[in-house]
Amino acid sequence: MLELKNIVYQVEENGEGIGILNDVSLVIPDGKLTVITGPNGGGKSTLARIIAGVVKPTSGKIFFNGQDITDMSITDRARLGIGFAFQQPVRFKGIRVVDLIRLAKGEKKLSSSDACKYLAAVGLCAKDYINREVNSSLSGGELKRIEIATVLAKKSALSVFDEPEAGIDLWSFQNLIEVFDGMRKNIEGSSIIIISHQERILQIADEIVLVKEGKIDCQGTCDEILPKLVGTESAVKSCGVIDLWKGGDN
Amino acid sequence: MELTDIQKKILEEVADLHKIPVGAYNIRANGESVGRNSSANIEITSKTDVSGIDIKIKPGTKNESVHIPVVISQTGLKENVHNDFFVGEDSDVLIVAGCGIDNCGSSDSEHDGIHRFYIGKNARVKYVEKHYGSGAGKGKRILNPVTEVYMEEGSYCEMEMVQIKGVDDTERVTHAELKEGARMIVHERLMTHDDQHAVSRYDVELNGEGSSADVVSRAVARDRSYQRFDAKIIGNAPCSGHSECDSIIMDNGTILAVPALEANNVDAALIHEAAIGKIAGEQLVKLMTLGLTEQEAEEEIINGFLR
Repeated sequence: MLELKNIVYQVEENGEGIGILNDVSLVIPDGKLTVITGPNGGGKSTLARIIAGVVKPTSGKIFFNGQDITDMSITDRARLGIGFAFQQPVRFKGIRVVDLIRLAKGEKKLSSSDACKYLAAVGLCAKDYINREVNSSLSGGELKRIEIATVLAKKSALSVFDEPEAGIDLWSFQNLIEVFDGMRKNIEGSSIIIISHQERILQIADEIVLVKEGKIDCQGTCDEILPKLVGTESAVKSCGVIDLWKGGDN
Repeated sequence: MELTDIQKKILEEVADLHKIPVGAYNIRANGESVGRNSSANIEITSKTDVSGIDIKIKPGTKNESVHIPVVISQTGLKENVHNDFFVGEDSDVLIVAGCGIDNCGSSDSEHDGIHRFYIGKNARVKYVEKHYGSGAGKGKRILNPVTEVYMEEGSYCEMEMVQIKGVDDTERVTHAELKEGARMIVHERLMTHDDQHAVSRYDVELNGEGSSADVVSRAVARDRSYQRFDAKIIGNAPCSGHSECDSIIMDNGTILAVPALEANNVDAALIHEAAIGKIAGEQLVKLMTLGLTEQEAEEEIINGFLR
């Protein structure tokens, strides 16, 4: 279980402190897929980065399975079982897809068949990708899937995905939903946080947290929260080519 | 052939050799040839006027290799070696050179070498050259290789030049002349550390129509080391040339990249790219979220970069 207590995050601008997160307290339950949603600029991604340790909060405490991890480094949190998928995946020169998956698994050597199963899980034909460099020759969608594959390979107790749909095409998006749906079905013993304001992702959530203007606006089950969000900035429909083909009007 | 353990280790580093290689070879240790084998198609003979060897590859020789590693383990040894490669038309060969110096003493050890390649029509050569230094002595390990490549019509040459560790001072000079349809590819990987000093100069003349060259250098300068990379591509015909210098700077290192292009023909298409920067913070953070420490992440990023 992850617990955030009174998290405040401020940045300095023109000598003034601007609050990005203002006294956020939140409990992320085990065995659940929680989607954190809310309008742009509301502090969702900052919250994800604070959980992974990429950003240090100005004040407040973070507990993971009862342990205070507020001052713990990114590395130590990762080793404790927190995985993090970047909103904008990082590109490397010379590091191959297989290397990233091997590092994610924490093994010195990795068989190609082992690496391939993670790529297959995110809808990539493994043999085409395994030896490719994680560089700018890959498209945004491909990078995003590889990023998710690294988090899958890491097998974390808590996996955090920061706007996984950002920057990917519609076809990849459809596949992404299937990946998360599959993860949710096999969630036992772990939990997932997805930062997103896509309605399709909200639909597969167990829990939804609405973050607005740096505060928790509301939190509850999908059935409780989603109806309130539909049609707002917090639950955006993806461009609906597939639905249009079905005669839909979104 | 008797080699000491240190010499065997160096041989492994520079030529990936664990035992006597298959095919033609010449192993030079502390200034003397300690093992040589010619094959039916590849003949190795000693030069009579200067120190060094001639390697003659018969036309049409396919899928054969030549290993000519150099090992120095004697402190204070300085040598100057001339090796000439005559690669026959239509052949396809792998040439593995490389030099390793282990210097445990207080005098400088130095290997200066000239490698000249005469590559016949439509021949293909892959050349691998690794330089390595070890030993805790105060004496420097110095390597100054000169490489000259003369390429006939339709020939192809791929060169992998690697210097990752332990060489205190190096000045590498590579000169190439390409005739019609010839293609040259260079991958240089260089890492300097401590107070090392490395200069690498290329000048590639594209003289024949349809000739092309791609010179790519990846370099890392750590600690207080200094590197200079000069790459000049000269287009004297309708040709295409590309040079790229991509460097990571760390600690108090210095890198000077001087790419140069000279076009003497209106249809010469020449491009250069040069970039120097530190390791991107987000790359470190990504690997740390996978459970690596900052130092481990740095090593992985560098190893990948220099692969």
